[in-house]
Amino acid sequence: MDLENQRRVKALAEKYGPENLVVVLGGAEAEASGLTAETVTAGDPTYAGPLAGVQLGLSVWHIVEDEIKAEVDPEVYDEQIGIMEMVLDIDAIKEEVSSIRKQYSIY
Amino acid sequence: MDFPVLRGVSYVLVHAPDMLVHMGTTQAVEREANPDSDYLKELSRHLRSYGECKAYPPNQAYIGNITPDELAKIPRPWHENPLVGANRLGGWGEIMPEDEFYALMKAVDSFDLVVLEEGFTAHVAGEIRDDSIWVEDDRERLGTGASASQIEELVGKGQALGLYVGEKLAGCVKAAHESDETLAAHVMAENLAAKASGTLAMRHLAARNGIDSSDIEYVIECSEEACGDMNQRGGGNFAKAIGETSGCINASGCDVRGFCAAPAHALVIAAGLVQSGIFKNVAVVGGGSTAKLGMNGRDHVRKGLPLLEDVLAGFAILVSANDGVSPAIRTDAVGRHKIGSGSSPEAVMTAIVVDPVQRIGLSLREVDKYSPEMQNPEITEPAGAGNVPTANLKLIAALAVKRGEIARGDLGAFVKRHGMPGFAPTQGHVPSGVPSLGYLCDEILAGRIRRAQIIGKGSLFLGRMTNLFDGISFIIESNPGKGEREDEKEAAAIAARVSEAQLRKIVADALRKVAQTLVQPRGGRYE
Repeated sequence: MDLENQRRVKALAEKYGPENLVVVLGGAEAEASGLTAETVTAGDPTYAGPLAGVQLGLSVWHIVEDEIKAEVDPEVYDEQIGIMEMVLDIDAIKEEVSSIRKQYSIY
Repeated sequence: MDFPVLRGVSYVLVHAPDMLVHMGTTQAVEREANPDSDYLKELSRHLRSYGECKAYPPNQAYIGNITPDELAKIPRPWHENPLVGANRLGGWGEIMPEDEFYALMKAVDSFDLVVLEEGFTAHVAGEIRDDSIWVEDDRERLGTGASASQIEELVGKGQALGLYVGEKLAGCVKAAHESDETLAAHVMAENLAAKASGTLAMRHLAARNGIDSSDIEYVIECSEEACGDMNQRGGGNFAKAIGETSGCINASGCDVRGFCAAPAHALVIAAGLVQSGIFKNVAVVGGGSTAKLGMNGRDHVRKGLPLLEDVLAGFAILVSANDGVSPAIRTDAVGRHKIGSGSSPEAVMTAIVVDPVQRIGLSLREVDKYSPEMQNPEITEPAGAGNVPTANLKLIAALAVKRGEIARGDLGAFVKRHGMPGFAPTQGHVPSGVPSLGYLCDEILAGRIRRAQIIGKGSLFLGRMTNLFDGISFIIESNPGKGEREDEKEAAAIAARVSEAQLRKIVADALRKVAQTLVQPRGGRYE
């Protein structure tokens, strides 16, 4: 996960409290989405960024997960995500991100 | 209307394993933060030899020895299926070994910043072939070299960045100023590498396409480096510097930046300059990036792969006035991501890909090939970035589904028919559309395809000035022949028959009619 984004997530968690933060991912790949989810929950697995060794335990989801999709106006969702739903490996992304969430999310 | 044409291309690679270790930002940052890290210790075991790099199928595709279609038939992983008998020279360029490249850096250095060790200089002078790529001045500029102790002292005092061959110090690049960070040794090394690889590409452009460099009137350089000093960090001008070392004595030039989309922007600008008649021959050139060497090295090492990002890449493309033969650039079908286009994938692809195709009355199926960012998937997939060209093609196919051009079930077949495997190294601006131009031009000239769209995209957020996305595209197609199209020929013939006096009479009559209409009483005439 980009080091600058790690810094921003960390700062937001400190400012608003980790219990008040939900991270919504938009990664196009299951593995990369999983790594990002892991970074904002269990800490940066590459030990390169500000979240190395920091277990924020944030609530983390991917935009293609049904729970998040249900929160969005269907027209807006179709306009913004519709085309990507056709091309991404949605099942793999859902499985990867939900598995990380179950393991490491506290909130 | 005569469209400008693509008259020639060149593509070059430089095997740069030691530059990867010492200049790649991933490694440099790691060395700074964690000098004893396992990654740095593991690094050397994952470096490829020159022979392995040369025989790597995507590299052979880049220099034009195999086509992307042939590459697609080679089973992956490609690094386990080297091409037997692979050549250093290709139809469009070459894969240069690192030691010769140090010599080229020295040869193109105008400020005596590159210092090579005397033994190394003697060795590398013997390696240099006498062909059109090396010019007589190069040998002179190479000189006889400096002593090893001088180089060690410069590097030891932090006044220079080492140029290594394995563990051995072969030379160095000195800082160009005592305190100006924009002229620091690592910046000068980066910029000289971009200049040298750009020069290599420009020299191949002339040599491989029978082009006289003195016919080039303008050079546009489109890499991602910045040269300048602390008062103008990106002042420029790589274009003129590369033109100077490539024999373009009649050219001026400038640098165009736009992250990975820059080459596509540069080609559109070049096409505009040629079509307007301002210049007849405009070269677009991009040198390689040392910073990006081994960029995803951590992932590659962790997964037991070779360090596949071990090449600097360069290219040069000549855009010329219509010669009646070469593939034409459809300047009436340039796609652009507008500031107001929106950032969803659909909005982006509609602006860049669909709008220009639609504008000239075509369907997405009528573009035979799409060349988006052509990153080699073997490099990006282990780093979690997926197969970039295929992901782009899927998006285009999905848009074709949405527009009712193809059935949803045909999405996979569309991707296969209209796409190509990625083969370009992840050198930022290099993959973005342009690596396929050589192949696509050949296919068009052979009559196997009629047209293709080149798509450049850029991630502008990296510069922290805007969150906007960027992209620009253009369509190339078979040349309809020199001269005007039929309807324009007819118009020209009519114009030729009408003398100036007749023309004056026509205009005068028209004006008289307008005047009469104006002086008629309101509604009077038709009542």
